[in-house]
Amino acid sequence: MTPIEATTVRAGLNRQAAVLLMLKMRTLIALLAVIVFFSLAAPNFVSTANAVIMAKHVAVNAFLAIGMTFVIITGGIDLSVGSVVGLTGMVAGYFILHGIDLGGISIGYTLYFSVPVIILITLFVGVAVGAVNGFLITKLSVAPFIATLGMLYVARGIALLSSDGATFPNLVGNPEYGTTGFPLLGAGSLAGIPYSIWILILLSLGAAYIGARTPLGRHIYAVGGNERAAALSGIKVARVKMFVYMFSGFCAAVAGLVISSQLVAAHPATGETFELNAIAAAVLGGTSMSGGRGRIAGTIVGAFVIGILSDGLVMMGVSSFWQIVIKGLVIIAAVVVDQFQQRMEARITLQHQAALGR
Amino acid sequence: MRPASDDRHDIVLSVRGATKVYPGTRALDAVDFDVLRGAINVLVGENGAGKSTLMKIIAGVEQPTEGTILLGGEPVVFVDTMDAARHGIGIVFQELNLFPNLSVADNIFIARERTRLGTDIRSSDQREAVRVLMGRLEHDISPDALVADLPIGQQQIVEIAKALAQDARILIMDEPTSALSTAEVEILFRVIAELKAQGVAVVYISHRLEELTRIGDYITVLRDGRVTGSRPMAEIDVPWIVRSMTGAASRDFSKTQPHDIGDEVFRAENICLPSRRGGYALDHVSMSLRAGEIVGIYGLLGAGRSEFFECVMNQHAAMTGTFYMDGEPLSRGGGGGGVASRIARGIALVPEDRKTEGLVEIMAIRENMSLSSLRGFVNGFHLDLKRERDAVLSFVSNLAIKIASPENPVSSLSGGNQQKVVIGKALMTRPHVLLMDEPSRGIDVGAKAEVFRTMRRLAAEGIAILMATSDLEEVMSLSDRIIVMSNGRVTGEFAREEATEEAVVAASAVGHAPATKMEA
Repeated sequence: MTPIEATTVRAGLNRQAAVLLMLKMRTLIALLAVIVFFSLAAPNFVSTANAVIMAKHVAVNAFLAIGMTFVIITGGIDLSVGSVVGLTGMVAGYFILHGIDLGGISIGYTLYFSVPVIILITLFVGVAVGAVNGFLITKLSVAPFIATLGMLYVARGIALLSSDGATFPNLVGNPEYGTTGFPLLGAGSLAGIPYSIWILILLSLGAAYIGARTPLGRHIYAVGGNERAAALSGIKVARVKMFVYMFSGFCAAVAGLVISSQLVAAHPATGETFELNAIAAAVLGGTSMSGGRGRIAGTIVGAFVIGILSDGLVMMGVSSFWQIVIKGLVIIAAVVVDQFQQRMEARITLQHQAALGR
Repeated sequence: MRPASDDRHDIVLSVRGATKVYPGTRALDAVDFDVLRGAINVLVGENGAGKSTLMKIIAGVEQPTEGTILLGGEPVVFVDTMDAARHGIGIVFQELNLFPNLSVADNIFIARERTRLGTDIRSSDQREAVRVLMGRLEHDISPDALVADLPIGQQQIVEIAKALAQDARILIMDEPTSALSTAEVEILFRVIAELKAQGVAVVYISHRLEELTRIGDYITVLRDGRVTGSRPMAEIDVPWIVRSMTGAASRDFSKTQPHDIGDEVFRAENICLPSRRGGYALDHVSMSLRAGEIVGIYGLLGAGRSEFFECVMNQHAAMTGTFYMDGEPLSRGGGGGGVASRIARGIALVPEDRKTEGLVEIMAIRENMSLSSLRGFVNGFHLDLKRERDAVLSFVSNLAIKIASPENPVSSLSGGNQQKVVIGKALMTRPHVLLMDEPSRGIDVGAKAEVFRTMRRLAAEGIAILMATSDLEEVMSLSDRIIVMSNGRVTGEFAREEATEEAVVAASAVGHAPATKMEA
């Protein structure tokens, strides 16, 4: 190879590397682009109040998307999260309004729990639903799509049964029973930032930490990258999968609590199609549906892109029907770009190999 | 060197200067190969010699990086297998490409269904054609039989019929006998002889030397992507084939560093594993292994070597028998956690297939190497990335793995370096017993020698190594002791001093290939 050729090749590689870097940062670039666009196009877009409102909207989807990201990284899918949002909201509402009727033991005596206990019970229900998903998938070898699709119906049905389809209204609680304080979760704030945002920050930092700095996180990626090799390396694949579905259920329960607290009511149809928003956020953030690839940070950025896009379009007065179309196009574009990036990465790797081999 | 064509056996297809480069390896290097009409053209070579790549090029599965294919003297380019099939080239892969859920007739006419108006399948026509084909192959397989219900031998006949249904004048068979019983092998050989009489050019790939000398007319030997010999079968004998395959001078396996062999560390007693095809995949296998010893398990494909390793690693719930580590029996129990319990007891596996079993290809080199030993780098549950990286780097330099950075994806490495990463992963668990399944598969000569030197050094450090291989020279030169397996049984055990290639090959054929013509 002559020096001139070598230089040309190197310049080519550098240009490719720059393009590749841009492709890798595409979700962040998209987020900036969306923010800049709406700052110019939508009046009142740039304001602290608006930022807080949008962040609150995004938070609910982001909770689900965080859990979904781990599930998708293992090569699975969790379609039940939207229903779990509805179910866990109803669980919280039921305990606040009705408590547990201990009718069989002493007539007329009802046991009420304090709000922190109710929150723990609700989170436990979410984790339990995830555990059932995980059990179906790991022990009974049901495909994740089918297992969680079934759970989507079952959880939604139970949510509807719990109130006969009615809403549990006015979840302020009763001081006599010590069940007050639930609305604080959705309405309260610390240092000017709503609790839901704090929860999102904690949950995403925690999940990102698990993904990057714990053996469990490494195992999640390995299972999604090559399940057989992971098993032969001594990874307890079934345990890893149980964790991701239980964690996804936990995240859904957090979302259910936050929504019912914000609305001060629990409606059994809450969370319908939320699972699709969560998948969209994860995919937009660079999570690969074939498993093994994805980052929590990417997912959060993806959730913000979708959230800001919806809210911004509302503020611009664009028809909500158009919003749906645009959201779909953005998701498809993200995956097309992702495929392009993967092909390019493979080509660059081969070129490096060829350069080394000669 | 090339076989001279006489009137009966004219050249129907020839490959000239075929070169195929994959990332990291040169699978074929300027290969010339002729296929003669009405003859059985044998292609032989060790794993990774390039046989399969050459066949894939002829069958249109892959395109050569350089070189040409001449069909009847005219240069041709096959864009895909359908294109090659149109030119009369059929291939029967080692892994049969049949649809078990469809009938024999559906399989034979898949993607070429005989139809009325392009939609309605003329089933009766297809059935009739299948009956004619089966008559030609002297088999009575019903066109309506479900492929899943047929034994492997008959499935192979269906695969051959599929090729013939496309008027194959050149039929490539890749290790066709690897999964067949002795009786099925005899039937297959009769079919091949008939096809030959009908003027079909058969390209026959196998490791089994006794088979080749029995049915072959012309033989071509490949080694490390190059043709090392090409003769009419009548002119040569088994020692010639072995010499051409292994090329005594070309490799340095670095003979033993003398060291003491310690006490027994590992023992298997009466390991049995029922086979899905009936009978036993492992039939009362017992063996023992001492510290610092390299024991080679030699056997052909399907001898049960990989199954034995899977049993050791607790992968088969249906297994019976007991393993002992330092005299204590190992616990049983299936599931994904099975391997972890073995690793905890000091056993590590380097699996046969790097891509599907050894590596998580999209993860970094560092992450792959530490995958089995992450517990060693945690404080509570916090992963100490610096300690992990330092440990990985020390193993990288120890094993002389050539990498630019441990953060690069493992898929960017060459085969030999990938193999070293898998070995490194196993070693990072600090094993006392190392199981290596075909440790040199798909890596080039230089990397092989390095892997073998590493194995020697590990043995000298006191690790007991159990190595499974179908490479005769490898097992002969590396092992302190050789155990031969055939059809799931241990059929021979030799100390290094008393092992001869003839005795080892003979033991590996017990109860397997036709017993005739073994005197060679």
